[in-house]
Amino acid sequence: MSHRELDDMLGKGWRKPAFVRNPLLRWGLGLGFVAYLIAAVLTIEVDWGRVYEGLDRGWAFILAFTSPDFLSRWSDIWSGLLESIVMTVAASVVGIAISIPIGLGAARNIAPLPVYVICRGIVAISRALQEIIVAILLVAIFGFGPLAGFLTLSFATIGFLSKLLAEDIEAMDKAQAEAIRASGARWMQWINYGVQPQVMPRLVGLSMYRIDINFRESAILGLVGAGGIGATLNTAFDRYEYDTAAAILILIIGIVMALEYLSGIIRARVQ
Amino acid sequence: MPVLERAGMQIWRRRTGRDSLIRWFGWLIGVAVFVYCWQIISASTTWFFVWDAPRIANDIWTRATPPRWEYITQLGRPIWDTLNIATLGTLIALCLAVPVAFLAARNTTPSALFIRPVALLIIVSTRSINSLIWALLLIAIIGPGVFAGVIAIAIRSIGFCAKLLYEAIEEIDSGQVEAITATGASRWQVMAYGIVPQVLPAFAGIAVFRWDINIRESTVLGLVGAGGIGLQLSASLNVLAWPQVSLILIVILVAVLISELVSAKVRGAII
Amino acid sequence: MLRLQKLSKTYKTGDQALTAIDLDVPKGQVLALIGPSGAGKSTMIRCINRLVEPTGGAVLLDEVDLTGLGPGRLRKARREMGMIFQEYALVERLTVMENVLSGRLGYVGFWRSFLRRYPQSDVDAAFRLLDRVGLLHMADKRADELSGGQRQRVGICRALIQQPKLLLVDEPTASLDPKTSRQIMRLITELCQERGLAAIINIHDVALAQMFVPRVVGLRLGEIVYDGLPTGLTPDKLTEIYGEEDWEATIEKVEDEEIEAAE
Repeated sequence: MSHRELDDMLGKGWRKPAFVRNPLLRWGLGLGFVAYLIAAVLTIEVDWGRVYEGLDRGWAFILAFTSPDFLSRWSDIWSGLLESIVMTVAASVVGIAISIPIGLGAARNIAPLPVYVICRGIVAISRALQEIIVAILLVAIFGFGPLAGFLTLSFATIGFLSKLLAEDIEAMDKAQAEAIRASGARWMQWINYGVQPQVMPRLVGLSMYRIDINFRESAILGLVGAGGIGATLNTAFDRYEYDTAAAILILIIGIVMALEYLSGIIRARVQ
Repeated sequence: MPVLERAGMQIWRRRTGRDSLIRWFGWLIGVAVFVYCWQIISASTTWFFVWDAPRIANDIWTRATPPRWEYITQLGRPIWDTLNIATLGTLIALCLAVPVAFLAARNTTPSALFIRPVALLIIVSTRSINSLIWALLLIAIIGPGVFAGVIAIAIRSIGFCAKLLYEAIEEIDSGQVEAITATGASRWQVMAYGIVPQVLPAFAGIAVFRWDINIRESTVLGLVGAGGIGLQLSASLNVLAWPQVSLILIVILVAVLISELVSAKVRGAII
Repeated sequence: MLRLQKLSKTYKTGDQALTAIDLDVPKGQVLALIGPSGAGKSTMIRCINRLVEPTGGAVLLDEVDLTGLGPGRLRKARREMGMIFQEYALVERLTVMENVLSGRLGYVGFWRSFLRRYPQSDVDAAFRLLDRVGLLHMADKRADELSGGQRQRVGICRALIQQPKLLLVDEPTASLDPKTSRQIMRLITELCQERGLAAIINIHDVALAQMFVPRVVGLRLGEIVYDGLPTGLTPDKLTEIYGEEDWEATIEKVEDEEIEAAE
């Protein structure tokens, strides 16, 4: 900006400089976005009569939260919930165990190039495929039941945890790792003394977070036949048994909250 | 530092005897829980199908390749719907998440005793429940279609966005807020000049981040009938039209990759 | 013009930051408030414009007691008192011009300020002030692009555009290097003189205070233990304020012309 004199500026208005400097681009972006919004809203077909009818049912559902029915289908709820928890625990253990070596392999600063490429490939595939799609395929291959759900969650855990672990290792303090290497440590010793202490707190935190996600995901795998509470919930919705559905949702929310609280405590202790 | 005295020699140990006993016991319980979980999964699995899995997987693969490329002409509208579900859902969620976040942040909430817990409850309950479950619920209430998908995505995203946003609000520099207050600004002016500019970058980042996730989630909402490309996926699966399934999966993968690319680019530009 | 009567503040933790402060600041007088960390300097300044609520006593600005005002009247009263901060406290993601104009927030309505449509007189005043502190060419830069000294100048403009009667200045030089510190102190005292403003400058650098102000108030543990000319700060007095230390080297021979400049 050239130096301007006070006298030139006095009496002139002042406008805040725009975020996008080029006016053509600015108006183009704005108009384009508005046009898209209008097109998007217009192409959504909403049957307002159906929505209006639904309001009563929606209200009934909200009311159901004040009187959830845990009892009449308790055996279904209990077996579904147990299956969800079992899948979560088993898949988290296996997933975390596998993601540690893959995470090490996917960190460029400690893995040789071929290993790096393979591990990054596994991570990319796992992250690109959604849990529910993986579950559909695995159900088709292994049949209905919690085994498909367990495999799905393990697979998803690997993508999530390995990527974040690898990023953490790549961002670690080089000096500490170098000091251990300088002492003549072997590769395993080097990982154990130079790398592990630096990434351990975050690994524990991420693992706790992933257990939380795994439980939430396990609640939907039942929709495609991969075991867990989802099947029970789906049945409850199909039969319009809102009080049972409300009970299940309350249980899910409660368990997620408990897990979050627990992970908060554990993370605070590790750090 | 625990040092044992044995036969007149000092032996250094990393942990005291009691510590290592507790650790050993912890591991034992962990392994026992895992084995128990595995047994439950194993008991409800038909192992005959599992041994047969390689053959079935091979069978599916031969049926699914090559993908039925000409089917893509019928996917234009579903892709457009998917995009709209994600975008409109994100926009609605952001509109609702902003007030919730301001009510939930310790430094902006009008009442930490009454309003903050309500806001936190909204956050935890909307984010504990997967968008597929919200979609199921909304379909039961307002009928199947794109509209149910938009609302499901919107509700699921409120908690997510509000949580990240209120954490950003709690981290702002209070000195800037104090300075604006000292000029005699009103409550809303303090908000507009002292707080909003500080959280705006975080807000933009959260918006794009959630949009990226919502593209992924909206691709599968159709599985339960909430519109988008998932409807085609579910229809093709029902008639075992594997070449169509493989094409849809490819389309979903490409959509996910593009959205991830866009969000990474936009976030890079903002921060 | 400003009178503190038995002003006291006890924090919820039970810490007594101020114990019955009595202080008179006549119109146009610049005074420095010195004292060790934790003596209550910051609390005292913040009790005057009620960024911190005092727990007892009165703050009289032109015979109006600020401690009893409701939110609306308090905002009006805050317009009369410009404040300058230690870490500048500029809104870093706004431009220099927006930061200066934010000093007018107490005068314009919400929508006007939200849409950045300030009255032309305010815009002109902002231009004049920026020119006065030599930052006119920076008007459209974002505040976080500026150096420390430049930011503090913007902070000064924001305080002055309020057309205050009184400046509350909280450690204006604590984050600056020695040369910039002197420049900023000189600028503040000059501007106060030009406009006939009273100012309370909170400062921990005794030598700097002696160089620029005609009156020094020493605070210790929330009580005033010294009130007088900068030349009266003898080693004994400093020991009383700060505690035992060798003070001879700190007390500078204040040059006559600089006393005149400050007065």
